[in-house]
Amino acid sequence: MEQKYLTRLKISNISKSFPNKEGKRELAVDNISLDVYDGEFLVLLGPGRCGKSVLLNMIAGLMKPDEGKVVLDGEEITKPNPQMGMVFQKTGLLPWLTVMDNITFGPRQRGESKKIYTERAQKYIDMVGLTGFEKSYPYQLSGGMKQRVGIARAYTNEPKILIMDEPFGALDAQTRYSMEQEVQNIVEKDRRTIIFVTNNIEEALMLGDRIILFTNYPARIKKIYDVNISKPRDTMDRTFLMLRKEISENTDLAL
Amino acid sequence: MADKVKIKVDHLTKRFGDLLVLDDISFEVKKGEFICVVGPTGCGKTTFLNLLTRIYQPSSGELYIDEEPADPKKHNISFAFQEPSAMPWLTVEENLEFGLKIKKIPKEERKKRVDRILKLLGMENLRNAYPKQLSVSEEQRVIIGRAFSTYPDLLLMDEPYGQMDIKMRFYLEDEVLKLWKEFGSTVIFITHNIEEAIYLAERVLILSNKPAKIKENLEINLSRPRDVTSEEFIELRKYVTDQIKWW
Repeated sequence: MEQKYLTRLKISNISKSFPNKEGKRELAVDNISLDVYDGEFLVLLGPGRCGKSVLLNMIAGLMKPDEGKVVLDGEEITKPNPQMGMVFQKTGLLPWLTVMDNITFGPRQRGESKKIYTERAQKYIDMVGLTGFEKSYPYQLSGGMKQRVGIARAYTNEPKILIMDEPFGALDAQTRYSMEQEVQNIVEKDRRTIIFVTNNIEEALMLGDRIILFTNYPARIKKIYDVNISKPRDTMDRTFLMLRKEISENTDLAL
Repeated sequence: MADKVKIKVDHLTKRFGDLLVLDDISFEVKKGEFICVVGPTGCGKTTFLNLLTRIYQPSSGELYIDEEPADPKKHNISFAFQEPSAMPWLTVEENLEFGLKIKKIPKEERKKRVDRILKLLGMENLRNAYPKQLSVSEEQRVIIGRAFSTYPDLLLMDEPYGQMDIKMRFYLEDEVLKLWKEFGSTVIFITHNIEEAIYLAERVLILSNKPAKIKENLEINLSRPRDVTSEEFIELRKYVTDQIKWW
């Protein structure tokens, strides 16, 4: 796919430190450079608390790097950019708004045309399989359904890049697995450039076109894997299992 | 491994009102055997476990340990569940000692066993830590260690690694195998993860959908340590997966 090699996001020599308990500066993210290609599903994989969320916050413009920069389609990211859609583990749905109102919150705030954004929102509500739940409130939804609202909300803002930060971390194993299937279906219907953060090796292998493996804290890139297995992926396929073994052995165990 | 029958489940049946959950389940477990129970979601695995722990009484049928009806006051039945259940007001060492104190094991012997388990789990430096200072996997190891500490007649484990990722899962599975070999306990391990079942078990009991019956009693003849990428392993996994896909 030639499209794959068009760089949308360029991360150059990003570093970030924080003061530790003794007041000394301690490195959280150590000199990271990577390219994100157009239309790819890029997974950032690392053990818990390795610094990948700090990296993600800098990519999203929520935090300034100490060194280096993030460039999206040629423009440097210095503050939060509405062209980056974000999906978090804690969905942040407003409990007093319906599903539809939660999803259309951004465009409404920006004063876009109601007719246009409602149509768009409906398209994504249908795409994530929540047709019929437009008027439901978050408390009426399961964990998996709430995540789907979060995804529809991100998509409705028509982002250039979709960033998902461990969105399924709080779900039980079976719901998690079915959400991974959902995400694949969604991506197939509406291809986007996606950066997906996880600490779960199997999830990374199910979803990623490329997997960037991070070290333990402070975060450095340990290895980049090209996953050349066609989707949908079979977890009992030998190639899948061999790659899972390789990545597993290469991952720092967070005991 | 002695051929003696340790556990006998005899025509175990459980009804809740009109709902028949477990339908005439019978099987035996030999002393020191490690068996896994798998089945479709919602088939009654947890109800089955609750009957074994005597939280529920069966509607009919019986559970025998060493040829007598199972009695938690007499027999040592230990459990490990999915939510780490370390007692937060006790240190790691005190948690491991807890069951032993209840069984009135003398102090010398308690110390010996706890030291042995701490060493096996590589947690000697954490003996004075409190559960809230531990990571999830460290806490799970304490739970497992505690379960083995009473040299139980029967050790029941219900999806203890359900929430963990593959690397941690394999690590903890190896830990439980290590303790099992060391103590020779009889283990019934319930899981919905078929790879895990085949990695751990000498025999796999496959339950059918509700009302649950035993669909198959499958021997796993793979030498240890087992290679999850080997053809035989994958074959077995595919076979069991097919057996569970009922509809």
